[in-house]
Amino acid sequence: MPAFEYAPAPESTAIVDVAPSYGLFIDGAWAEPAEGGTLKTVNPGTEEVLSEVSVAGPADVDRAVAAARRAQRTVWGPMPGRERAKYLYRIARILQERSRELAVLESLDNGKPIRESRDVDLPLVAAHFFYYAGWADKLPYAGFGPDPRPLGVAGQVIPWNFPLLMLAWKIAPALACGNTVVLKPAETTPLTALFFADVCVQAELPPGVVNILTGAGETGRLVVAHEDVDKVAFTGSTEVGKEIARTVAGTRKRLTLELGGKAANIVYDDAALDQAVEGVVNGIFFNQGHVCCAGSRLLVQESVAEEFLDRLKRRMGTLRVGDPLDKNTDVGAVNSAAQLGRIQELAAAGEAEGAHRWSPPCELPDRGFWFPPTIFTEVAQSHRIAREEIFGPVLSVLTFRTPDEAVTKANNTPYGLSAGVWTEKASRMLWTAQRLRAGVIWSNTFNKFDPASPFGGFKESGFGREGGRHGLEAYLDVAH
Amino acid sequence: MSRAGLRTFLYGLPGVDRVGADQRAAELGTRSIKTSAKAWAIDMAISMVDLTTLEGADTPGKVAAMCAKAIHPDPSIPEVPRVAAVCVYSDLVGVAAETVRGSGVKVASVATAFPSGRAPLDAKLDDTRAAVAAGADEIDMVIDRGAFLAGDFGKVYDEIVAVKEAAGDAHLKVILETGELSTYDNVRRASWLAMVAGADFIKTSTGKIQPAATLPVTMVMLEAVRDFRAATGRQIGVKPAGGIRTSKDAIKYLVLVNEIAGEDWLSPDWFRLGASSVLNDLLMQRTKLATGRYSGPDYFTLD
Amino acid sequence: MSHTETTGTAGTGGAAGTASRLAVRKTYKLFIGGAFPRSESGRTYVVNSAKGAFLANAALASRKDVRDAVGAARKAFGGWSGRTAYNRGQILYRVAEMLEGRRAQFVEELTALGAPRAKATAEVDAAIDRWVWYAGWADKLDQVVGSANPVAGPYLNLTSHQPTGVVGVLAPPDAPLLGLVSVVAPVIVTGNTAVVVAAEDAPLPAITLAEVLATSDLPGGVVNLLTGRAAELAPWLASHMDVNAIDLTGVPDDLAATCEEAAADNLKRVLRPSPTTWTADPGLTRLLHFTELKTVWHPTAP
Repeated sequence: MPAFEYAPAPESTAIVDVAPSYGLFIDGAWAEPAEGGTLKTVNPGTEEVLSEVSVAGPADVDRAVAAARRAQRTVWGPMPGRERAKYLYRIARILQERSRELAVLESLDNGKPIRESRDVDLPLVAAHFFYYAGWADKLPYAGFGPDPRPLGVAGQVIPWNFPLLMLAWKIAPALACGNTVVLKPAETTPLTALFFADVCVQAELPPGVVNILTGAGETGRLVVAHEDVDKVAFTGSTEVGKEIARTVAGTRKRLTLELGGKAANIVYDDAALDQAVEGVVNGIFFNQGHVCCAGSRLLVQESVAEEFLDRLKRRMGTLRVGDPLDKNTDVGAVNSAAQLGRIQELAAAGEAEGAHRWSPPCELPDRGFWFPPTIFTEVAQSHRIAREEIFGPVLSVLTFRTPDEAVTKANNTPYGLSAGVWTEKASRMLWTAQRLRAGVIWSNTFNKFDPASPFGGFKESGFGREGGRHGLEAYLDVAH
Repeated sequence: MSRAGLRTFLYGLPGVDRVGADQRAAELGTRSIKTSAKAWAIDMAISMVDLTTLEGADTPGKVAAMCAKAIHPDPSIPEVPRVAAVCVYSDLVGVAAETVRGSGVKVASVATAFPSGRAPLDAKLDDTRAAVAAGADEIDMVIDRGAFLAGDFGKVYDEIVAVKEAAGDAHLKVILETGELSTYDNVRRASWLAMVAGADFIKTSTGKIQPAATLPVTMVMLEAVRDFRAATGRQIGVKPAGGIRTSKDAIKYLVLVNEIAGEDWLSPDWFRLGASSVLNDLLMQRTKLATGRYSGPDYFTLD
Repeated sequence: MSHTETTGTAGTGGAAGTASRLAVRKTYKLFIGGAFPRSESGRTYVVNSAKGAFLANAALASRKDVRDAVGAARKAFGGWSGRTAYNRGQILYRVAEMLEGRRAQFVEELTALGAPRAKATAEVDAAIDRWVWYAGWADKLDQVVGSANPVAGPYLNLTSHQPTGVVGVLAPPDAPLLGLVSVVAPVIVTGNTAVVVAAEDAPLPAITLAEVLATSDLPGGVVNLLTGRAAELAPWLASHMDVNAIDLTGVPDDLAATCEEAAADNLKRVLRPSPTTWTADPGLTRLLHFTELKTVWHPTAP
């Protein structure tokens, strides 16, 4: 037993009152689905059912889109930007006030450590609304023409890895620009979006401006394909992103996609090694590796590879895996059985292809969906674990000899969402950043997000940007 | 090691990215240490305190009173551990040594023209020898920050070697005065310089310069001792000093020790807290844990 | 026609006027990787003047020519995108200079296609001016639309525009030169390389433009120009997995949706513009559509 054994420090769940079941949030009110399907959402850390949510069908999507259209035409679109701004500021403040409640709920439904939902997700959620609130009355100055117009109704489909944060990334800019939204949260993490509906009610947001439809993939398809949706925004897998792009093809709907990645984290021999270790750990184990921009490929210069891996392994030995609600947990539960299966399958493929697998000793809880922090060494570019997005706490380690080789290997992927560069030499950092074909480059840091900073990918990681001034473009009928 | 070799070596150490280091330390600062872990940590922290008085107004009476408290921090509760050491100026070592004799509490003396270090080497060595002769178990020396910042690493190295020799069997703590070194790169270099020169402990600060000890600076030093042991097999202790006032602060340092250097350093032999006011807060928190109610300053002695 | 001595009338390629000298005709080929190959398929199609007279046998590009052109464009991408913006601007301006030198020839070619001389002249002038306009954007776009982002932390955070990569361009059938210039210049000025399918009915000014490009310091492969049928070539460009973006301007509506769907296979950036008045101020749409935003974070600390 370690000398300094941290006692359990569970965050209280008393702050959250989860109802046994939820309807759909349409036109400012709760509604039962027309056809009455439901699905259960479980706590991935315990497999206990948290609640039952409705599955929206075609009639529900019709109603939600119609409500959004009506609200856009009659209320939200014509409303002066300064008034829209004040609604968004209200929402931002309510989110801050209910921050702990929503953080706990996020950890319950998603499995992510409370430390992250509390210190990363929720502060960024509120910040995103706060940032875009300020744009609502300044759009003529945003560089998209003197009188930029909203697109109309946005259909938005978001993933399960950052449920409320992805909602904020979608809804805040859409509303700031005068659009109304129909948003579908992920099948396995619907709860914070449903609580957000209550935030809208508290803010007295006009009915129909935000509509939340829960359901599985089919509901998402209905939202995306709905003929009265003007704009589709999706964050999720590249596979589904392509399917959506095909659905939208030929319709003249506007589309933005934020998809998968296989980011390289390049560690040069002159890197600040301890911070680079932190960056690599943060890059792949943050949020259990359920991060589209995760630094899932470590490219370390051969001359420091051994030393770096020693440090990395020692650091991984201090990661605390377990109860997401424990304030000292670093790595929580995998979000679903299906995702766990995918991670296990790819990890098995890594071993079968000859890579060497290593995890620190760690006890995993008996119930729930768990995967230990894992690294694979002796990985070749050709291995599946070096090419496919695992979306789990699994790092593939490759080495390189020269900066050219590092960049070439980093770019050798159909993805292009993010990358990391670790060097103390500024010229080498800038040279590398210039050549990396990715939308976000973190040099000497990783997995940093900010509402003012545009986020999105090159190549098969999707198109369009979320965040910053540039993020407005996706929600405006742009004339440059 | 030649002077050029020393310089090459120190500049060859991996850099420290300050933003990353600050974030890592802050993140460790959010560890939630509760119940049994907190009780253990409070007693461990008490046992690591170097109870310190370093004032121009210090008197034998003041030092003796502090030493009494060092031996029995809370006389009403005998289970409260004694602190690790008392830390005084060299002219008051005799009083301190007399008072703590047989208690297990060590006597540490600052020396070498503390706190500035601006004196001829001979004066520094005399200061050291006098402290040891008066009964000091530990010498807390300051490095010549001017020489360090001027890149004269050889001078700093030679002084540490000389003081180490003058200190004889006394343990040598080398104060880097990190608040004057400005960058974390310098903290790492100074840590290694002190270690290769023979330090038994590396210590952040004199307490006379702001900022004194901080979590990230201590973290950088803990990384240095960890790496030094991995490279040489020799274990060096770490002592943050100054600015540690609350139990919460103290526990954060223990978390750092635990997660950065590892549990081998979780002992007064390898980690100290240079402080004075923190002791009463540790005692108050200890009482709160034991009784379930909040205590007040009137229930703890001032010395 | 362009190399004959005829005055004003569309060249017949035959004997010119009363002079006994037989004109030397030009063979119109493709432009790939800086060279002028024939179509690998060996196919050609007849290009007639507006009055129905034979002008040339233009190369009828095939899917394999598309493949070769994409390969050449990819090969050129690293070098071209790696040049300084100033250098790209200079090279594009050099292109404008060479266009100006061929002004009369372009006017002849447009006239042959049926444009009245004044209209043809106006179009050529507008095309040259358009090219000059785009050339100047090389080192200005990022200053206008890039950003330094004030993030809530100790970081320098900059967003800049990077070229998307290899862009497939289906040139518009209207305004054979101005339209072509208006779709090619904005693609390459930001560092992309292009595979351009010229308007089927107006291959000759397109190939003449290629000759200008070939003699203007533009590295081989930056622009690759195919003549042939958009309906045949567009689907190959749209589905090519090494093409990063596609401009469907010259693709008929009934084919555009299919191309968009094919483009989804590797998530190409698709530009499917509304009908465009080529003489109007083009704005930044085309420049921005074929760039990617790259945001770089770096800590700031002593």
